[in-house]
Amino acid sequence: MPASGWIEVDELYCKGCELCVTACPKEVIALDMDRLTPKGYHPAHLAAEGCTGCGICAVVCPDAALTVYRHVTQRKQPSSLVH
Amino acid sequence: MTTSQPATLVYQRPTSFSEATTHYCPGCTHGIAHRLVAEVLDEMGLREKAIGVAPVGCAVFAYNYFNLDFVEAAHGRAPAMATGIKRVLPENTVFTYQGDGDLASIGMAEIMHAAARGENITVIFANNAIYGMTGGQMAPTTLPGMKTTSSPYGRDVELAGYPIRVSEMLATMEGAGYVVRASLHDPAHIRKAKKAIRRAFETQERGLGFAMVELLSSCPTNWKVTPNEALEFIAKQMVPAFPLGDFKVHPEIAKLRV
Repeated sequence: MPASGWIEVDELYCKGCELCVTACPKEVIALDMDRLTPKGYHPAHLAAEGCTGCGICAVVCPDAALTVYRHVTQRKQPSSLVH
Repeated sequence: MTTSQPATLVYQRPTSFSEATTHYCPGCTHGIAHRLVAEVLDEMGLREKAIGVAPVGCAVFAYNYFNLDFVEAAHGRAPAMATGIKRVLPENTVFTYQGDGDLASIGMAEIMHAAARGENITVIFANNAIYGMTGGQMAPTTLPGMKTTSSPYGRDVELAGYPIRVSEMLATMEGAGYVVRASLHDPAHIRKAKKAIRRAFETQERGLGFAMVELLSSCPTNWKVTPNEALEFIAKQMVPAFPLGDFKVHPEIAKLRV
C-alpha cells in the first residue's frame, strides 16, 4: 500500500509564496484562488489526491505554516501464520 | 482530509517559534533560516537556556518570532553583545542572527575579533547579497554586475570592488571552531543547512570556540523576481560566487553524527 498522508495549512501564516507548490514531488499542492488569508494572500492547499506525507513542503515553508501527517500503514500478517 | 485510519505527525511548527506572524516578504528565506534555528533548539532541548541576539536589518524583529530570550543589538554589534552575555552567563547558549549588511559591512570589526578571540558563541549569518530592509542597496556581498538600487547599471568592480567571502576569511582564524557555508535554495540543501546549524550549536555546547553558519538566502522583493526564481538565482549565480562547503570543522565536531 503506497504511503499516504495530508497537510494542514495555517492560513494565519501562509503567504502564498508557492515554494511548497514547486517543491512538492507529487505536485498536489496549489494556491487556493477562491480564498484569501487575513494578510490578503491566496493560501496553499492540497488540490489533488496523492499526498504521501513526505514533509518536503514543510522543509521549504518559510513561515512554518504547514503541519504534515502520514497514515500509519498496517502491515499484513503473513498468510502462513493465520490459521 | 482526515480519515479514521491512524496517522502519525510528520512535521509541526517548532515550539521555539512564537505564535507571531513574520513581517518577511512572501518566499523570503529568512523564515526558513529562523525555522531551522528553532527546530535545532527544540531538538537539542536548549530553548530554556538559549539567548539570541537580534541584528539590525530585515531580521531586526527576530526577537518577536522566537519563543526564547532575546536582546536587540546596535547595528553590527551583535557579536560584541553576545560576547558579553556569554562571558557573564557561560551556562547559557548564546547565538546571533545577522544579515550580510549587518555582519559584513558595519559589523565587520566585531565579527572578525569575536572569531579571533574564539568567543564561544554561535553566529547564524544570512547572506542575500543585498541590503533588504533599506530598499535593496548594494552590500559588501553583492555579486559583480548585480543590479541594486545603488548600482543600477550593475556592481562595477572598478568602482565598488569585489564581494567579500566571509566564511573563507573567518576560517583562517585560530579561534574559530566551526565555519561552514550552506544554502537554502532547495529541500536537500535546506536539510544540509539544518545539520550545519546543529553542528554550530554542538560546537558551542562543547566549548570548542567560535561557530558560524553562512546561509545563502534569497531576497525576492529587492532582486525583483518571484520567490521560486530567487531560489534559482541562488543556485545559478550565488553558489558559484560563494562556494558551499565546510571551511573549518573542529575534529570533535567532524566525528559527530547528527
